[in-house]
Amino acid sequence: MAALLTASELRARYGWTRVLHGVSFEVEEGGITTILGANGAGKTTTLRAVSGLVSTEGSVHFAGGRIDGRAPEDLVRAGIAHVPEGRGTFVGLTVEENLRLGAYARRERARSDDFERVYQYFPILRERRRQVAGTLSGGEQQMLAIARALMLSPRLLLLDEPSLGLAPLVMREIFRIVRAINRDHGVSVLLVEQNAAIALELADHAYVLETGRVVLAGPPAILKQDDAVRRSYLGY
Amino acid sequence: MDIFLQQVVSGLATGGIYASLALALVMIYQATDVVNFAQGEMAMFSTYLAWSMLNAGLPYWVAFTATLAIAFVGGLLIERIVIRPVENAPVLAVVIVCIGLLVILNSVAGWIYSYIQKPFPSPFPGTPIRFGNVVFGAHDLGAIGITLVVLLFLYVFFRYTTLGLAMRAAAQNPVSSRLCGVRVGWMLAIGWGLAALVGAVAGMMVAPIVFLDPNMMAGILIYAFASATLGGFTSPGGAVVGGLLVGVIENLVGTYVRFIGTELKLTVALAIIIIVLVVKPSGLFGRVVVRRV
Repeated sequence: MAALLTASELRARYGWTRVLHGVSFEVEEGGITTILGANGAGKTTTLRAVSGLVSTEGSVHFAGGRIDGRAPEDLVRAGIAHVPEGRGTFVGLTVEENLRLGAYARRERARSDDFERVYQYFPILRERRRQVAGTLSGGEQQMLAIARALMLSPRLLLLDEPSLGLAPLVMREIFRIVRAINRDHGVSVLLVEQNAAIALELADHAYVLETGRVVLAGPPAILKQDDAVRRSYLGY
Repeated sequence: MDIFLQQVVSGLATGGIYASLALALVMIYQATDVVNFAQGEMAMFSTYLAWSMLNAGLPYWVAFTATLAIAFVGGLLIERIVIRPVENAPVLAVVIVCIGLLVILNSVAGWIYSYIQKPFPSPFPGTPIRFGNVVFGAHDLGAIGITLVVLLFLYVFFRYTTLGLAMRAAAQNPVSSRLCGVRVGWMLAIGWGLAALVGAVAGMMVAPIVFLDPNMMAGILIYAFASATLGGFTSPGGAVVGGLLVGVIENLVGTYVRFIGTELKLTVALAIIIIVLVVKPSGLFGRVVVRRV
């Protein structure tokens, strides 16, 4: 399969602190790629570099064009949907308004079947559609964040720690839906996770990030065998 | 009883004007965390433009509409040119820019039009309207009507249009808005434009009552602050209710409390500000904003 996203030698810093020291990775068209790493490894910054929220050195190619240095507002229009760390839902707006915003960057207006499709994956959101997003539970807010990204009909979905702060059952449910979205619509996924066990189950390619560098890359089956990965991220 | 009703209606009329200006303040405050001290002078300047057009012989409603359009574009340009460069500066810097804008607009208006008071026409007939024994000023009723139309327009715009939704989103969560493709900078500029438009309506409705001069909005702006404080700086609906309440309270106190009369009316606004800040700082409808430091 061809690469939909290719990042090479990404370097980024906040003020004088370097966070990324030349990170390179690929996301295959239609695949799920995961970046694992501990707190502070640079996972979130990597995603923010892809979606244009932080400026970087190095290059990012998406669907054949170079996209580094372009503004997030434009990259959304190119089909990159970023579900940020901490979900980034609009807590003062209703569920339906959040979803309408998800479709904001699309050329045509959101139709009822777009909402239908999203509600099929997340039936709870249909029940809650008139509710203000701030009143949802953590799991429901994460669902809303993913649902909002889905309203874009994206080509690439960037997920930043969707498991954070969720009960194990809710987390499993969300990962099952991410898998379904990937399979049904061919949406490529770049998943950043601390929970390595569940991310390796889902992904078909994985990178391990340590203090701003890729230290390991390969298919999950191989990474699971790696002693260092097992000790540091899987805990056995 | 008749006097009471008349005072309430006339209070609602001026209250509607305070409400419009308070709403303009709250719109900008919510989007940018900045109190636009120049809001009143922007309204005053728009009203002078309307006066020029009326003097040139344009019919009232043509001049009215043109003024709204100019005010919108003017507000938008002020945000782009003057506010944008200090976007990420400390709040105090932005406040000082706003105060600078206030002084500039005030002086330029005085320079072009002089500080002599000018009469400003009302689009409504001068003859009072009679319901039984009660007599209402036609301008009072008309101003209430116009204010309601403007508020309804804003409500529908923010509630039902995609652009309105995007503006609310940009005010709430700029980063997430960008990730949805919303161009946050432009939303802020449009917000300034709309606030200037609402302010222009307030200016044109109040000018027939207080006469047109470069300082005419100084007092009105303080009432608008009182209204926004009373209703809650975080609540657009609260600002409107606050405005109407302040208008009515001010009028009733001026009528029935002998030692206040018309001379000390403005004190009522300041008293309201202080009482609200002491008793319930978030206002009647405002949220308490918690900030991590």
